[in-house]
Amino acid sequence: MEHSCPLIKNVLLLDSEGKRVAVKYFCDEWPSLASKLAFEKSIFAKTQRTNARTEAEIGMFDGYIVVYKFIADLHFYVTGGDDENELILATVLQGFFDAVSLLLRNNVDKRTVLENLDLIFLCIDEIVDGGIILETEANVIAAKVAMRGADADVPLSEQTISQALATAREHLARSLLK
Amino acid sequence: MVYLMIKELSPSSDEVIIVTSSLMKDMNSKTDLYRANAIRVLCRITDGALLGQIERYIKQALVDKNVVVASAALVSGIHLLQSNPEIVKRWSNEVQEAVQSRSALVQFHALALLHQIRQNDRLAVSKLVTSLTRGSIRSPLAQCLLVRYTSQVIRETASGSQTGERPFYDFLEGCLRHKNDMVILEAARAITELNSVTSRELTPAITVLQLFLSSSKPVLRFAAVRTLNKVAMTHPLAVTNCNIDMESLISDQNRSIATLAITTLLKTGNESSVDRLMKQITNFMSDIADEFKIVVVEAIRSLCLKFPQKYRTLMNFLSNILREEGGFEYKKAIVDSILILIRDIPDAKDSGLSHLCEFIEDCEFSYLSTQILHFLGNEGPKTPDPSKYIRYIHNRVILENATVRASAVSALAKFGALVESLKPRILVLLRRCLYDNDDEVRDRATLYLSALEHGSQLEDKDFRADKFVFGSLDVPLANLEASLQAYVASEVRFDIHSVPKDAKAQPYAEKKAAGPKKPAKDTAMPVAANELSSSGVKSTDAYEKLLSSIPEFSTFGKLFKSSSPVELTEETEYEVNVVKHIYPGHVVLQFNCTNTIPEQLLENVHILVEIVEGDEFSEVVSKSLSSLPFNSPGQAFVAFEKPEGVYSLGKFANTMRFIVKEVDKDTGEVEDEGVEDEYQLEELEVLPSDYFLKKAVPNFKNAWENLSPEFERVDEYGLGVRENLNEAVQAVIEIFGLQPCEGTEVVPANARSHTCLLAGKFVGDISVLVRLSFGIDPQKQVAMKLSVRSEDQYVSDAIHEIISGA
Repeated sequence: MEHSCPLIKNVLLLDSEGKRVAVKYFCDEWPSLASKLAFEKSIFAKTQRTNARTEAEIGMFDGYIVVYKFIADLHFYVTGGDDENELILATVLQGFFDAVSLLLRNNVDKRTVLENLDLIFLCIDEIVDGGIILETEANVIAAKVAMRGADADVPLSEQTISQALATAREHLARSLLK
Repeated sequence: MVYLMIKELSPSSDEVIIVTSSLMKDMNSKTDLYRANAIRVLCRITDGALLGQIERYIKQALVDKNVVVASAALVSGIHLLQSNPEIVKRWSNEVQEAVQSRSALVQFHALALLHQIRQNDRLAVSKLVTSLTRGSIRSPLAQCLLVRYTSQVIRETASGSQTGERPFYDFLEGCLRHKNDMVILEAARAITELNSVTSRELTPAITVLQLFLSSSKPVLRFAAVRTLNKVAMTHPLAVTNCNIDMESLISDQNRSIATLAITTLLKTGNESSVDRLMKQITNFMSDIADEFKIVVVEAIRSLCLKFPQKYRTLMNFLSNILREEGGFEYKKAIVDSILILIRDIPDAKDSGLSHLCEFIEDCEFSYLSTQILHFLGNEGPKTPDPSKYIRYIHNRVILENATVRASAVSALAKFGALVESLKPRILVLLRRCLYDNDDEVRDRATLYLSALEHGSQLEDKDFRADKFVFGSLDVPLANLEASLQAYVASEVRFDIHSVPKDAKAQPYAEKKAAGPKKPAKDTAMPVAANELSSSGVKSTDAYEKLLSSIPEFSTFGKLFKSSSPVELTEETEYEVNVVKHIYPGHVVLQFNCTNTIPEQLLENVHILVEIVEGDEFSEVVSKSLSSLPFNSPGQAFVAFEKPEGVYSLGKFANTMRFIVKEVDKDTGEVEDEGVEDEYQLEELEVLPSDYFLKKAVPNFKNAWENLSPEFERVDEYGLGVRENLNEAVQAVIEIFGLQPCEGTEVVPANARSHTCLLAGKFVGDISVLVRLSFGIDPQKQVAMKLSVRSEDQYVSDAIHEIISGA
């Protein structure tokens, strides 16, 4: 029984030791944090020895299809169900990968990514929304992310959550007064 | 960024209000980006009530010129469909417009949403598909979606009609030539997954996949190999063209691809290529991980069962890899495969057993050692030269740990019991075991020693200790366990005959041979050794055990065939189905009765069988069922005598007679007095197909040459008007009850002629081969030429009589 819409299960960005840098899950198949970490550990262990630097590689683990690519000390993974079209997953991976390269101006390595973590998360958000593919063109994704980042008054990634809500309230107040 | 935060937090309803108004403002702002994201966030955090308010904005956004906004609205719609379907359905007009949009992605999202909305309405979906296949789709993602919907429509329409033409097949084939690989792959996969697809339809899809196999991108290779693997399960012939490309993939860098390639090759290989494959696989096995190895081992097993002649190479291969390093699951899989091969290919038994013996000398898993030792104990005595296995087993007794030693002692004892000439030597060996460290080993040795030495002398109410110890359990293990538990709690002496033989032809569960069964205290009834399961247990074995345990039937000889259960009642109060057992000179009808009325208890159930047709039958024995409580099935038997070696047909009318007693549902008390009653069952026919046992023949042509033409008979028949050739072929196969060989029971659609090869055995172990040639003319008249070869003239004549009588 195939579902009609191609769904992505998660997008992962791990470092060279298999620890998380930026991850986003779009489904409930790994309900607890422990299971998520276990999954990341297992796919990292199984793909560690392969060489996925030039071309995207693909593998089937635990009944999921994982498409992955490595660059410098980072590992990009996109996971789908086992009846998914592999090329769709590969396109998503490629879009993600290229967009990140564009945003970080081709310095894709762990340090830069950690410094611009907000951009990375925005990027993932723009590509997949709740599992459904939103965009796959790297240029478009990068443009959307860049526009958003530039337009904010304060770099929101450095604020706490209550401060963010306060900012929202401020916006509201300001617009009422206008 | 704020949007992201809010989505993650998904605040409760009080806080939502603050954010909502701000977001609603944002939805009308000039920056498109803000609009888009505001919509997405809002849709995530709102509930139904609020949704009504913002619906207006969303509807506007759906047809907005800006791509981003439209996409956002559409995707949110898809998510909202899960929670508020009615509201989203109201937007379907706007969504329809959006489908026609020029932007690729908007089209994709709109199509997805529209499909979800209309999912349950089959007609709407097919209309949608029809309009779009003619129109132009710009985005490859949308094209993929369309392919999927098309195949869904095909699947749904095909279930109704039987036409050979598929409505959208041409569209799918056109997609195979699309620019984008994604679409090609999706179309190829959809074609292969269409049910009852013919090889002609498959060919273009397979050609395309073959091209992918040699691409440079691993993703394409993987996708192609995986799809071909699935196809190979149903249409192995179609995939053979790709074999050459796949062989080069075995050495691929990506291990998943390589494993898939190997398993596909193993499924589609033919006899000549097996040797070559084995050589390549040997190099390959050392590279891959354990879980892939298990997949390969299973594929090898099915390959060997398909080509039994090649067992030598495959067996050598399996024993080689058994010796190498590997985990428990992997070795277990190999051992299971070897055991299955030994069981199914009698020629392989000797070499298989020797391989296993060599393996246990060096095995680090005691579970496997005990399993193999038990198996040796069962099978070894039946080989022509059993003494050579004794050395291996005896070594285990000396060298290994306690569980393995115990199992080895059991195995030795079995040799002693079943092979008279070896008995004195076994006794010597067993006596040595009496001084072992472990008490389980000593117990077993004592038991077997006394059974072997004195067992033949104990004649106690036709109970022979050695037969009991070394034979198999007559009762299901679950019942035995329950009875034993009851015994331990009570003071009553344990009697194995009191354990209910609740025989429902249970396949015996697999138990470790080493699992210690402590002998019951204070009685002389030791518990016999456990049975090793066969993973492919045939129910004839189980029926045979059941029937041979009934003394009246033990004189009938060897059970030839048991039919599958035939229902004699509809969904009524008493469910009865009958199994027909064919013996050389008798027919036994086993009636499985179930009482589904909780308030009744049936006693003295017996079946009255009247012979309506069939003069050659005469009733011999009727066994009734003493008690049939609610919901526990029981068996009653009626046996008939018939002339030997003749296939007698007959029709029987059946009535079930019993005494019914009322049972109080709450207390479970049974009334003392009962009422006699009877219940009419449906009629039962004994057909010619009951006398034929299906037996596949791997190489029909060879077998045909081997049977002499002396007992051949050829004749032609007209079968009248039939819908299509397939129907005629299936009807004839069913009448005979023989096994179709080499896939000849599958008739291509719209075929004008077909040859079908059948093989089987008649009562008395007489081989029969039948060759049928069918032809259908434009007026749908079917003609059939039937040629039979067998070892007995009577059987060949019988086959023709069956057809002329049918």
